[in-house]
Amino acid sequence: MVQETVIKSYKGVKPINWKELKQYKDLLYFMVLRDITVIYKQTIMGFAWAIVNPIVSMVIFTFVFGKLARITSDGIPYPLFSFCALVPWTYFSNTMNASGTSLIQSSNLFTKVYFPRILIPLTPIFSKLADFGISFAILILFLIGYKATPTVEILALPLLMVLMIVTVAGIGFWLSALAIQYRDVKFAITFVTPLMMYAAPVVFPSSMILEKYGYHGYLLYGLYPMAGVIEGFRGALLPQKPIPWDLVGMGSISAVVLFASGWRYFRRTERFFADIA
Amino acid sequence: MSDYVIQANGLSKAYRLGLKDAKNDTLGATLASWVKSPAKNYNRLRKLSRFDPTKDDEEDMFWALRDMSFSVAQGEILGIIGRNGAGKSTLLKILSKITDPTLGEIRIKGRVAALLEVGTGFNLELTGRENIFLNGTILGMTRKEVTKKFDEIVDFSGVEKFIDTPVKRYSSGMKVRLGFAVAAHLEPEILIIDEVLAVGDAEFQKKCLGKMQGISAVEGRTVLFVSHDMSAVGTLCNKCLLLERGRIDMVGETPMAIQKYTQNVSGSSIEDYHESTIRLQIEEVTPTQLVAKAFFKILENNLLDGVFHLRLYDGANFELMFYKEKDIRIYDNEYVEIKMDVSSFKAGYYSIQVKYAASTIDLSKRVVLASDFTPVMVDRDTFKYEKGSIAPPVQLINTTRNFQY
Repeated sequence: MVQETVIKSYKGVKPINWKELKQYKDLLYFMVLRDITVIYKQTIMGFAWAIVNPIVSMVIFTFVFGKLARITSDGIPYPLFSFCALVPWTYFSNTMNASGTSLIQSSNLFTKVYFPRILIPLTPIFSKLADFGISFAILILFLIGYKATPTVEILALPLLMVLMIVTVAGIGFWLSALAIQYRDVKFAITFVTPLMMYAAPVVFPSSMILEKYGYHGYLLYGLYPMAGVIEGFRGALLPQKPIPWDLVGMGSISAVVLFASGWRYFRRTERFFADIA
Repeated sequence: MSDYVIQANGLSKAYRLGLKDAKNDTLGATLASWVKSPAKNYNRLRKLSRFDPTKDDEEDMFWALRDMSFSVAQGEILGIIGRNGAGKSTLLKILSKITDPTLGEIRIKGRVAALLEVGTGFNLELTGRENIFLNGTILGMTRKEVTKKFDEIVDFSGVEKFIDTPVKRYSSGMKVRLGFAVAAHLEPEILIIDEVLAVGDAEFQKKCLGKMQGISAVEGRTVLFVSHDMSAVGTLCNKCLLLERGRIDMVGETPMAIQKYTQNVSGSSIEDYHESTIRLQIEEVTPTQLVAKAFFKILENNLLDGVFHLRLYDGANFELMFYKEKDIRIYDNEYVEIKMDVSSFKAGYYSIQVKYAASTIDLSKRVVLASDFTPVMVDRDTFKYEKGSIAPPVQLINTTRNFQY
């Protein structure tokens, strides 16, 4: 049975074509594979670069915030405290950057050939998981070094990773669709990323927010999904800390909103990407 | 059920042209516009993608396609011909779902694969093998389909020996062959091909033509073929669609369409040639690198998308380099810059020719390379040397060749 396609001008959001997405799942696979294969080509250190960024940041933070500013780390050794946060944070910031600029980067591709455009911002979301995996392995070595045995809470880790991925995907959809229309976004991403890091509980614990702004302020803070993700990582991996499910719950709400609205905006605007790229 | 595979009904596509801002003549007005510019830019960028098709009298709207209706039967090889800016590329982009029409609709039966540019999505760092899979899935194949066709693809491309070499080490011919080989082994009901035959050597071109004929005759697939090469269109297509300024000029038998096209091209030459002027300037960057800058002076707002060519010939008029950029829009006082590596060239006379095909202007210039590879520029009009040349060029040869535009 030959299928008939009608191409015409659409207003609003096209319904999701599941059959088409299924047909192109192999393309997603090869694009992810391409990203992972190519990223450290012609480098000497190769995949070691994946851990340079979080480790250097950890050393600096330990010195500046742990030793000099003496920020509390809830009784956890500061290097471990910050590295637990830096592993998800590095994934988040790298992926946000790559996904946000992905449409601009591959404009020569989608103006030449048709495939579901949503695959473009989705690719870095998967390919950056390779870097994440490597730095996570280093984190495990850290835990062993500090003789920190995770409790049963470690089972919540996959869930926290899903929250992290859904958040960054939602942001990626929004930013990539906006950046292809308004290149300002590309410049904004570079300066907003560090601001977002200091807003997240990377160098300080979220208990400081609780102390200063009370429980309502703390819940409001939880709407920033990375707060729940980062404190969740600490809770899942470190025996001293429980997982703050209230933060994770609040973060999940905004992650779902970000994802759904980002998906919608992307789908609504993708029809003219090729005309304005 | 009727036997058409493609049916277009009132297809139209509008684009917005970026019009120039009004110039300010006072400092105050300049400052005011500078303050206001973010809001203005926002409106301008937003407007680019938003149309009200009922209002087509807006001054910066440009209709690339207007009210096109046609149908294509199964198994047909349809040639799409027309001058640059006639709307061929836009039509193909709509057919291949890259962009939506502003008005009208098009019904397509079956899977469409479009080959608008050979090797789209090739990653230079990846090997030939990896790129076959990447490129194949970009074109809509599944991993299983590529695996099944893999040996055939490699065989057709003739790059067996280098299949595990990164594509960046390939010659440009090898890249093209590999790209075409992947696309030719798609199994779509409708195959769209845009000027792929402009590249590759004669033997490979023949192979491609044969493959396309086979696809249509043996497998009953429909092929849409866009080209400026009338001899290829003549041998391959049974029917042609001739486009002119966004509308269908005629649909019919290939020989008649080609005749009409040739008339159009030569008939309109006088009015079109005057619309623009072009100036070629050669500069030396390093002793082994030249930069050719082509400046355009556009008298009327002739913003057709065009093809820009640059060719380098040696003293015996043998083509050494060919540079081509498609679908470029050139505005007044803009220039296109091409870097040329001349380190491997012997001393002697060379000529550089540029051509901008939308208005068919061409210009050539002599360049002298001295024995120490110091390029010497000779201005075409004045015959003045600019830098220590070894001998004056005796005569300037205009090496314009006849190629169909």
